[in-house]
Amino acid sequence: MTVKQISVFVENKPGTLANVSKILCQNQIDIRALSISETRDFGILRIIVDDSYKTACVLKEAGYICSITPVLAVAIPDEPGSLFHILDILGQNNMNLEYTYAFITRRQDLAYMIIRVEENEKAAEILKKNGIQLVSQDELYLM
Amino acid sequence: MGHYFQPEIECASQEQIRAWQDERLVKTVKHVYDNVPYYRNLMDQKGVLPGDIKSVDDLHKLPFLTKDDLRDAYPYGLLAMPLTDCVRIQSTSGTTGRRVVAFYTQHDIDLWDECCARAIVAAGGTKDDVVHVSYGYGLFTGGPGLNGGSHKLGSLTLPMSSGNTERQIQFMCDLGSTILCCTPSYAAYLAETICEKGLRDKIKLKAGIFGAEAWSEEMRQDIQNKLGIKAYDIYGLTEISGPGVSFECSEQTGMHINEDHFIAEIIDPNTGKVLPEGEKGELVFTSITKEAFPLLRYRTRDICVLTRKKCSCGRTHIKMSKPMGRSDDMLIVKGVNVFPSQIETVLLNKGYPANYQIIVTRVNNSDKLDVQVEMTPEMFSDSLTQISEREKELVGALKAMLGIYANVQLVEPKSITRSEGKAVRIIDKRNLY
Repeated sequence: MTVKQISVFVENKPGTLANVSKILCQNQIDIRALSISETRDFGILRIIVDDSYKTACVLKEAGYICSITPVLAVAIPDEPGSLFHILDILGQNNMNLEYTYAFITRRQDLAYMIIRVEENEKAAEILKKNGIQLVSQDELYLM
Repeated sequence: MGHYFQPEIECASQEQIRAWQDERLVKTVKHVYDNVPYYRNLMDQKGVLPGDIKSVDDLHKLPFLTKDDLRDAYPYGLLAMPLTDCVRIQSTSGTTGRRVVAFYTQHDIDLWDECCARAIVAAGGTKDDVVHVSYGYGLFTGGPGLNGGSHKLGSLTLPMSSGNTERQIQFMCDLGSTILCCTPSYAAYLAETICEKGLRDKIKLKAGIFGAEAWSEEMRQDIQNKLGIKAYDIYGLTEISGPGVSFECSEQTGMHINEDHFIAEIIDPNTGKVLPEGEKGELVFTSITKEAFPLLRYRTRDICVLTRKKCSCGRTHIKMSKPMGRSDDMLIVKGVNVFPSQIETVLLNKGYPANYQIIVTRVNNSDKLDVQVEMTPEMFSDSLTQISEREKELVGALKAMLGIYANVQLVEPKSITRSEGKAVRIIDKRNLY
């Protein structure tokens, strides 16, 4: 069970992020989570939104290069030690993390982690087996 | 005033120079026609026979040679002597990645050395000088050329080659280098470093011979002030021999062309018509003393002006201005010839679109080459590592093609400036000309 993340190629220069968010704003798209990895010249903007398909369309139309990447979203108790718990499980099972980022929602007792690994299915299985709750695309939309 | 390496040649009368040129041109045309089928074809196509060339006045009848001819004839097509008589190869970059190779017999090397020795003497050099050569050695003609000239003169030669600035300066201080030979940008960099380290009093430099790239009068003043030397320009190209085709004298108002070896013409780059003295146009050279690789009417693509005005140094050979630009799109970066087509070839080979922009800047007197490439959906990946690895691969391929480092910048699609639908390929921010 994966969720769709939009990855966008952006140049590392003033105003680029503002431009992307302007397009999202004009199209009434709501961002659930956001993260950026950057090099000196460029970066990858990664967002989880309430409408992935529409987002990909409007960004492409605006000339951006983007792709939809399946990632794992997990809900963890918003308390010390829960991040360690899931990372430890992945580590013990020799799963390499490409990147991860966190967000919280209006539900105060839970925090959410976006996790990118090479083998989504395998990681999902391991997490489930260890009692970790995976979040579906629909659940994300409704948050 | 001043000293000459070969006064009887360098200060010869116009009539004498002309007599040498007439005689040597006729001989060289025959030599080329007899031994270079490639050029013989060009002459036949134009309906010119060696017998039609009786003096320099007939030079305009001969067909031109271009860098494309050198590429097409690679490697041996323009060789005029058996390989067994050749002793050296030097090379420079060509238009689409195929390099240009030039051949030399011992006689050719000797004449080249003489030309460079004249340049060193014109810069005040004698056999008592320590000539510090920081041009690259190897296929590049800079190092071997000045090295040979210094030997010929009998100076103490320091074959430093380029790079390792610390060691350059240490040797300069310890061994008392008096004449520095390198690219002007490297000279400026050395000057700055020497001043920063407070070593200005420890060096014994009196002159510098700087060439292989364009430099401004401001840059000359800067180097001269920082190092307390006189800075002289030198010009040449591998196809014609290497540095020393022409060189500056004490007047510093242009470079004397070694007319006993090379005949210079200025042409209109569009029509090929020969222009009168004093007019600006493309410089064309005919080598008249070379055995292995004599090129007739070779178009240099350098734009400049020739003048026969009397020079205060006493030399009588014609003077050329500093090149004022190019009639093609070649760039000289860090002394190395770079053609946009070479970069395009690499991009296409690596699966990138031919949508690129080359930006050359000069930071702290050192050239920097940036290649901007537009990202494509095919090249994009959610993994930064993957994109970076592709980028590194491209940097490696460019280095292999150009011989120098180019910084690759991946940019957003359609972000490269287009004027009237046509992309602007080169942005040279150095203001060289």
